[in-house]
Amino acid sequence: MSALAPLALVLLLAGLALAGGQFSGLRPVLGVLLPYAAFVTFLLGVCHRILVWVRAPVPFRIPTTCGQQRSLPWIRQSRIENPSSTAGVVARMALEVCLFRSLLRGSRAELREGPRLVYADDRLLWLAALAFHWSLLVVVLRHLRFVLEPVPAAIRTLAAVDGFFQLGAPGLYATDVVLVAALGYLLWRRLANPQLRYLSLSADYFALYLLLGLAASGLLMRHVVRTDVVAVKQLALGLVTLSPIVPEGVGSLALLHLVLLSTLAAYFPFSKLMHMGGIFLSPTRNLANTSRAHRHVNPWNAPVATHSYEEWEDEFRDKIRAAGLPLEKG
Amino acid sequence: MAEEAPAPAQLAQVDYRPPARDWREAAVDFRKGTYCYSAAPKNLQYLGLPNPRPWQPHDADWKLPPDWKQTILAGMKDRLERFRSFRLFMDICVRCGACADKCHFYLGTGDPKNMPVLRAELMRSVYRRYFTLPGRLLGGLAGGRELTEDVLKEWFYYYHQCTECRRCSVFCPFGIDTAEVTMMGRELLTLVGCNINWILEPAANCYRTGNHLGIQPHAFKDSVDFAVDELEEMTGIRVEAPINKKGAEILYVIPSAETFGTPHYYTLLGTLLLFHAIGLDYTLSAYASEGGNFGLFTSHEVMKRLNAKIYAEARRLGVKWILGGECGHMWRVVHQYMDTMNGPADFLEEPVSPVTGTRFEQARSTKMVHICEFTADLIREGKLRLDPRRNDHWVATFHDSCNPARAMGLLEEPRYILRSVCQRFHEMPESTIRERTFCCGSGSGLGTDENFEMRMRGGFPRANAVRHVQDRFGVNLVACICAIDKATLPPLLEYWVPGMNVAGVHELVGNALVVDGEKARTQDLRGQPLVSPEAPAGA
Repeated sequence: MSALAPLALVLLLAGLALAGGQFSGLRPVLGVLLPYAAFVTFLLGVCHRILVWVRAPVPFRIPTTCGQQRSLPWIRQSRIENPSSTAGVVARMALEVCLFRSLLRGSRAELREGPRLVYADDRLLWLAALAFHWSLLVVVLRHLRFVLEPVPAAIRTLAAVDGFFQLGAPGLYATDVVLVAALGYLLWRRLANPQLRYLSLSADYFALYLLLGLAASGLLMRHVVRTDVVAVKQLALGLVTLSPIVPEGVGSLALLHLVLLSTLAAYFPFSKLMHMGGIFLSPTRNLANTSRAHRHVNPWNAPVATHSYEEWEDEFRDKIRAAGLPLEKG
Repeated sequence: MAEEAPAPAQLAQVDYRPPARDWREAAVDFRKGTYCYSAAPKNLQYLGLPNPRPWQPHDADWKLPPDWKQTILAGMKDRLERFRSFRLFMDICVRCGACADKCHFYLGTGDPKNMPVLRAELMRSVYRRYFTLPGRLLGGLAGGRELTEDVLKEWFYYYHQCTECRRCSVFCPFGIDTAEVTMMGRELLTLVGCNINWILEPAANCYRTGNHLGIQPHAFKDSVDFAVDELEEMTGIRVEAPINKKGAEILYVIPSAETFGTPHYYTLLGTLLLFHAIGLDYTLSAYASEGGNFGLFTSHEVMKRLNAKIYAEARRLGVKWILGGECGHMWRVVHQYMDTMNGPADFLEEPVSPVTGTRFEQARSTKMVHICEFTADLIREGKLRLDPRRNDHWVATFHDSCNPARAMGLLEEPRYILRSVCQRFHEMPESTIRERTFCCGSGSGLGTDENFEMRMRGGFPRANAVRHVQDRFGVNLVACICAIDKATLPPLLEYWVPGMNVAGVHELVGNALVVDGEKARTQDLRGQPLVSPEAPAGA
């Protein structure tokens, strides 16, 4: 059920986009109004979410330490897994953001006869996640050629490298293949693993379906359905230069692609996809483990009732005296 | 309770297949052996906590205050605004499942709600329903869930089936720490009086007398004196163990269990002997007679109230700095909270070892040093005479306690000490030690008898790794630096790995330590015969 409803929703969106593209009156709605509305929602939404996070203080320094602390000079510190300097934190965060360091620790536990618990390395999730995120980044960068004129050399080089294998015409991009394969694995994993299927929410599938829909419509336009690239670029350029038009040559499939993209953008700030910004703020990762060396200040450190020594001595005075322990007040 | 528990062979039949029922339908079966009893009203009253009343988790009616729901939701709102960690961890989980089989309770129960991701979803679903736009508009469709009494009961059950060990946060790509979620869960439950007694009684006792068991000053002194006498009998040396001594250089704070519990007690003997050997000018305190802090398992507020005694006492006694004993969660509090909550400790001096002159720079603000940091330095600087053969009856392994490992990174210091005082030492498998260490299954205040089955389940992965080194290397001793470990590993290992022993690192130090003027040792600090007794002195 969690897996089917969002699929129906994405298919419905795609159907509406395809149908809407047939009506000239609706084309500006799908090609102009919707993208603008989505973009504004994305921008305001993401800013709002990040502001909410940033406004909440970090009252305590709570890094998860994954290696040896800095202590005695002759004990080798794990400078990245348990950083005590800004450089160490930056390195830790860079590894986390660029290489998914924590996910790389992946393992699978298995209970065997005996009973014996065995732990095997399991880096498939790490690999698929890394493949997906990096290829998505390249795909997004490649798309800049639609909104930039002239197309910067760096983007053209990127596209050329990406199309290195020169399979078919127009050439198949390696990242397109990797992107779809990785998304496919991530979806398959959610469905095939009983524990994961059990905990997955509609939202988890919805994001995957949207991305798969985007990839599929993009691939169709490039490799199967004849697409007027000039018209598409006109549409894209018009949008970014705030002089939008929807040229005749823009087909339904291109509009569908745009509708799915708009949906993703508008959905983004309300969803788990915000992990993109959140990872930078995670207090278990972005703080140095220096809480004993440097005082960390809690802005709301409120006073609390305590049981003072004087109260304690008053309560136990006779016993303290009988035990021969020193007293403050005879 | 222990007699009623299922046999190990039965408990090891873990079914990891999730049930057919949707997890969002809250319903908990409070089955004996798998949950902790409610806190006695007197303990809530003593701490001034809300809604003291007699009730039990297995009752249908929990006697919640009429406005409990508003209280919880207002409490959530407040905490979402005060803790970035809480807000962020509610928002950014992608449910990738990397954490799922990293939790010892999941591995031991197969209950999907013990997967860290679902444990947090129990709270997130309520967060989404009341604090996010899609959840408010779409409810269940957006993954939201109404806050009902059943949901609250589920929170109680599963937030007391998490030991705040932070293992899952090591594997999470965003560093989401279930301990933070569980701490919030327990704080919220505290707002409506749903606490467990095994946590609140020690907390209330500690607030009043200074330690978990409610040992009063004269009894505390008796215990320490008894230890001094015993030590003299064993070694022929009369050590000094000052209490509440003003002007001492160092305040030594221990988990109070060392004064009455075994095997903790042998650790106390070891440290008393060590301090004598190096001529340390220190004092214990009967007021701050507890390093442990069950406030950590209740709320940030109670944690701060209990922790305040340490600095207050250090100031009153006029010591230069503070040394802390072998205790796991105490070090989570000392390392990550104390200075922030109750500092600045500007009335103390930067800790410097009076024996070696080593400056403990890592503690220059908090001014509190871990006994393993202190002793490792002594050994490294050649200030101790050690005869590791006196530990030849032990084949040791080291269990990293969760908090020193994952909230501090104290990994090599205890290992260095162990290798210096003990000739036979073997590590457990890599996936079960250091930052990946498995909890004893009874941490964070869950080590009570009525919770026996759940503890055995939660401790199963740890015990399993111990059995591995028992089979492979003949290990017969698990060394550790945590008072809860010392209390709960023995029954756990008795259950899963019979014949295994548990000791503090400084017990082994005490065994190996050669002290001027001691008589020939024929026994270790437990009174067990040494493998090769020494010839009497002078023979």
